Order: sequence, then C-alpha cells, then structure tokens
Amino acid sequence: MGHRHGTGHGTGPPDAPGMADGLGWAVADGAVVLLLAGASVGYAVALRASSARSPWPAGRTLCWYAGLGCVGAALLGPVAEAARASFTAHMLGHLLLGMIGPLLLVMSAPVTLALRALPATAARSLTRLLRGRYVRVLTHPVVAAALNAGGLWLLYTTPLYPLTHGSVLAHSLVHAHVLLAGYLFAAAMVGPDPDPHRASMPVRSAVLIAFIAAHSVLAKWLYAHPPAGVGRADGEAGAQLMYYGGDTVDVVLIVLLFSRWYAAGRPRGLDPARSAAGR
Amino acid sequence: MSTADAGSGRGSGTGAAPHRQDRGGRRTVASGFLFGCGIAASMVDLFIFHLGLQWHHFYDLSTPEVALAADGVFHAVGWFITVWGLFLLADVRRRGEVAWRRWAGAVVTGVGAFQLFDGVINHKVLGIHQIRYHVDLLPYDLAWIGGAALLLAVGALILWRTRPGRATG
Repeated sequence: MGHRHGTGHGTGPPDAPGMADGLGWAVADGAVVLLLAGASVGYAVALRASSARSPWPAGRTLCWYAGLGCVGAALLGPVAEAARASFTAHMLGHLLLGMIGPLLLVMSAPVTLALRALPATAARSLTRLLRGRYVRVLTHPVVAAALNAGGLWLLYTTPLYPLTHGSVLAHSLVHAHVLLAGYLFAAAMVGPDPDPHRASMPVRSAVLIAFIAAHSVLAKWLYAHPPAGVGRADGEAGAQLMYYGGDTVDVVLIVLLFSRWYAAGRPRGLDPARSAAGR
Repeated sequence: MSTADAGSGRGSGTGAAPHRQDRGGRRTVASGFLFGCGIAASMVDLFIFHLGLQWHHFYDLSTPEVALAADGVFHAVGWFITVWGLFLLADVRRRGEVAWRRWAGAVVTGVGAFQLFDGVINHKVLGIHQIRYHVDLLPYDLAWIGGAALLLAVGALILWRTRPGRATG
C-alpha cells in the first residue's frame, strides 16, 4: 500500500501505481458511473410507469437527482481526485457521500415510488422483503447508527484510512459502506418511505443524540490525532469541516424528526391546510 | 414525546377540549425553557465566545477524554432541545394564543439555568474548557456564575408575575 508519512511528502501522487493498479481504479470509477446512470434512469422510468397515479411531488424528484449529484461529486471528479492527497478534501467527500447525499436520496422516497410503479405482484414481494427480519434489524435506529458511526470510528482510528488510498478494494468497500450506512441511518430516523418497524420517537431521539455526540467527539479526537500520513494543518482543517459540516446536517435531521412529530400530533379539529398556513 | 404524548397535554388540567389553549400552560414554559437552555448551549458559546471574542478554542487539547465525551453529549442535546423548544412553541401556537411574556420568562430562565450549569459543572467540575486562558480566572468565573444566577432570578420573577390565574395584559 505504501501510504505517505506527513504532508512534506505529499506533493506528488501517493505512489506510482502500476498498470494493473491503474486499471483497478478505472474499473471502480466505471462501476460508479454505471450505478449512478442506472439510478438516474431507474427513477425516471418509475416516474413514467406511475404517471397515471396521483401526482408525484417535484421536490422528491429533485432530492433524488441532487442526492445522486452529491454521490457523484464525492466519488468522481475534482473532489475525489483531491481527496487522494488532502484529508480536508476527503472529509468534504465524506460529508457529501455519507450525510448530505444519503439524506437527499432518502427524502426522495424511492421505495414509495417503486411500490407505485411496480406491478401488484412485484410490489407485494417488495413489501414482504421490507417486512422481513433482515430489513427489520438493519433499519433499527440503534443498528443503523452503530453501522454509520462505528464505520467512521473504524476508518479513522485504525490503519484502514491509509489503506483506502492504496487498495482499490478497500477504497470501494469503505465508500460503499459509508453511502449505505448513511442511507440506512437517515431512513431509520426521518425517512418518508413506509417503515413497518418504525421505532418510537423517544428511541429515535436518543439514538440521534448519541449519534451526534459520537460524530462530534470523533471530529474533536481527529483534530488532536489525525490519521497516519495526514499533516497537522490538514488534519485540523478536515476535523473542523467534519464537526461543523456534520452539525449542519445533524440540525437538519433534528428538524425533520420533529416536523414528523409535529404533523402526527395535530390536534383534532385542526385541518392540515389551516395549520400549514400558520392559521 | 411520542405521537400519543403529543396529545396528552390535552388531558391534564381543563379537560379534553379539541381546541385546548395553552395560555400560560406547562407546554409554553417547557418550550421556552428548552429553547433557552438550547440557545445558551448551542449558540451563545459558539457565536460569542468561540467565533466572536475567540476566548475559547475549538478544542484546547487538554481536555480529559471523559470530559470530551460529556461535551459531545451536551453539544448534541443543546441542538436537540433548541429545535424541540421551537416545535413545542409552534404546537402551542396552533392550539391557541401564545402567552409571549410567559414564554420569554421561560427562555430567560433556561439561559440562566444552562449558563449556571456550564459555569459550575463544565468549567469547574469537568474542566472541559475554561472561559479564557492565561488570565486570572476568578473574576471571569464570578462574573459568569453571578450573571447566570441573575438571569435565573429575573426569569423566575417573570414566570411568577405571569403565572396562570393572575390577571395580566
């Protein structure tokens, strides 16, 4: 793997990749492009297939494509390129890939759209799958938060972080995990999709507080102990970006959590239109 | 806090009228107190002392690990209760008139309560950080804790003067 030691050596590429290695990175990039293209087309096809039903909110469609844009920006292009040498750029990529992107994707309600678009038998199979034991465990807030925050702690406090720069496999697995765990967490907390096992408000609140605490403690810990091969100034800037950027998304999560509570607690006799218009 | 709980304020006190107003009620005070504690925890410290005066640093590197973990929890709770307080206020408002003076009294009480907690527990007991560095801390600590106690007293006075049943404007 051969990671750099300190920023003093960080002027050139981390290490001269061999032919096979370069091919590996190209294949990984190609897979990302294909997945993003598939997701873009898939949502559009589902919209078209369900166009006979009630209108689909434009905001949800916007969320899906903005979310894919965040994922693409994190994995391809200038941010991804800079992230190979700069911890701060890496952290920007992780905010996009692990927090902002997944939240936008969740808010676009892809499961609801799929249920509208699929034929009845396929939709029933999907519902059965979502009610199943595995999905139930994975979408429990405690599990989703542990996968999300636990993955970050592993990445930054073990040699995994330098390893992701040298190994295509480690790089791809870590980034897939960050995206999927981010999606699961946002879905378990504030997802608009049907969730047959949605945890209670107190459970989700407690998990969200614990997650925010873990995220901010890790950011401060990284400020003092940057991962191997990251220089002091770069580590401090990256840690502060993680702290304040993470905070911003966390506050959005809290607002979304309470807006569902607010909508659910509407007093009888107040119709939604009146309360939405602020009386 | 669950959806069932959202309606439970209705049951207490005056009975289950569909348009139960919370004039001077518990929900108004809870909203103001949570919001006051929340802004003291999440905004006053950040905007005035970190970014404005720059007396504190992002992280002073001397904090014990237990205190760092405790600080993370306070930080998370601070944002959480700020938003919670505002949503409770919106909920009181959609049920009827808001007793704004009573709410403001609860906010002042909340700010005072949190600053007192911050000055005594965070600064002195846990030692998460100090108010300022390389100076004699005693006058700063006295001003911080004294100011917090004063806010607490003013807030309590407003709450007393606006208590339900007392004819106010």
